[in-house]
Amino acid sequence: MNTLLGVVIPYWGQSLLRVLGGLVAVLLPAGTIVYVFLFKMMSFMQSRLGPMEAGPYGSLQLVAEVGKWLQKEDIQPTNADKPVFKMAPIIVLMSTFLLVVVVPFGPDAWFTNLETGIFYALAVSSISVLGILMAGWSSANKYSLLGGLRAAGQLIAYELPMVLAVMGVVIQAGTMNLQQIVVAQNAGSIFGINTFGNPYVITQFVGFIVFMIAIQAELTQAPFDMPIAESELVSGYMTEYSGFRFLIFFIGEFATAGVFAMIASTLFLGGWGVPFSWFGWTSMDSVSNWMNIVGPLIVFTKMMVLTFFIMWVRFTYPRFREDQLQRFAWKVLIPVSLVNIMLTAVLKVMF
Amino acid sequence: MLIAQNIGFAIIAAIMIIGAIRVVTTSNVVHGALWLVVVLAGAAAQYVLLAAEFVAVTQVLVYIGAVMVLFLFGTMLTRSRIGRDSGLNNTYWKLGIPVALALFASMAIALVDSFGSEKMPTDGAIVNTQQISDQIFGPYLLPFWALSFVLLAAVIGAIVLARKD
Repeated sequence: MNTLLGVVIPYWGQSLLRVLGGLVAVLLPAGTIVYVFLFKMMSFMQSRLGPMEAGPYGSLQLVAEVGKWLQKEDIQPTNADKPVFKMAPIIVLMSTFLLVVVVPFGPDAWFTNLETGIFYALAVSSISVLGILMAGWSSANKYSLLGGLRAAGQLIAYELPMVLAVMGVVIQAGTMNLQQIVVAQNAGSIFGINTFGNPYVITQFVGFIVFMIAIQAELTQAPFDMPIAESELVSGYMTEYSGFRFLIFFIGEFATAGVFAMIASTLFLGGWGVPFSWFGWTSMDSVSNWMNIVGPLIVFTKMMVLTFFIMWVRFTYPRFREDQLQRFAWKVLIPVSLVNIMLTAVLKVMF
Repeated sequence: MLIAQNIGFAIIAAIMIIGAIRVVTTSNVVHGALWLVVVLAGAAAQYVLLAAEFVAVTQVLVYIGAVMVLFLFGTMLTRSRIGRDSGLNNTYWKLGIPVALALFASMAIALVDSFGSEKMPTDGAIVNTQQISDQIFGPYLLPFWALSFVLLAAVIGAIVLARKD
């Protein structure tokens, strides 16, 4: 990101742009997902209108909700471990911000272009487990502790299929760098036809399905919402949180959904790119400058499509039982993704 | 000169030392584990300073994401009291001091002996991920397989020990 749209940016300008861009890339998807899917789509699925009063068509409801949370009292249980209790939501949100750093939004519009891109994303996404465990333990509440332990068991179990599903993409692209994965998909061709590039959702369809199921579980969205099962555990590890600390957990949940959807769209749907053959581009260097403006919009659109599926599943399916959850991860997803890796490797060597 | 790197190293090293001391002096098991996370994250940050990106990410994935989470999980399942725990130190804790000093001395001697006068390259010559994988799946394939076999044996052993039937 040394130059953007042909303009050379000094180092302080880059840093400023990175910070502002990071805030936008985390908060804008979170707000959009909450309004479009949580407020409106869920209401329509349940034959009601959802928020209608605040602003035209209830569009300012989110502002009202944030205002409400910010002015609430910051309650801490008497027996809680105060420093750990206060730190826990920040660690969960920190993991989201660390995650968005590697998502590429255009040929020059990236925060950091790590060589280990997707490997880094998988590593920092596991930091949020730490925050959840801290929240569950420090609340001095049996339900919270149970929720925290359930979350840890679930997130560890579903991290493995996620890593294994990504492996197929890495083998096919031959790189872990997300920019190069995007280029490999858009510059590629299927049996010589390059009209659509080669989005890995076609060749890695099994990996895509496993990845989407795994991120559903990583996000603790229903049907994998045992850690916050409201009919069993009040609200799991979030039970004792109120005010802005609850708000941080809430933003973290939906922002992470958005960021994971962005990563999935980068890995499987071609990310910020359009098939390069449309405009006669051949490699990264020949991509036009205007992709830095259009690219983020394309990523955002793909993110909305994928979050639509995540939320659709969330509002549709009933909750798993704890043992069914573990059995599904270890006995179905992991073997399937291992076979997928093997087939991908064999086909990669053959072609 | 690598002035910025040296300042960064000093700050991170100081945080790591404070964290390491708190691991053994804190009166709560869970706090000890959380301080250990600080130390391990500091190690990852030091790897980043050395431009060893892959090693740093692996450190975060393995130690913070897996080992420490399992550690906390186990601790919270068994003894998860909030507040001060008594009897965390056993009577032989003083033995640890000479062991730690001996370990530090031997590692320092070994490092100074083998790399004493060498300097980190200030530009270029950064080992990238592809070179690491070429090494692992090339000349070091046999040790890599042996390591995987040891891990597999450990996993099977854990299952055998845990299953009563």
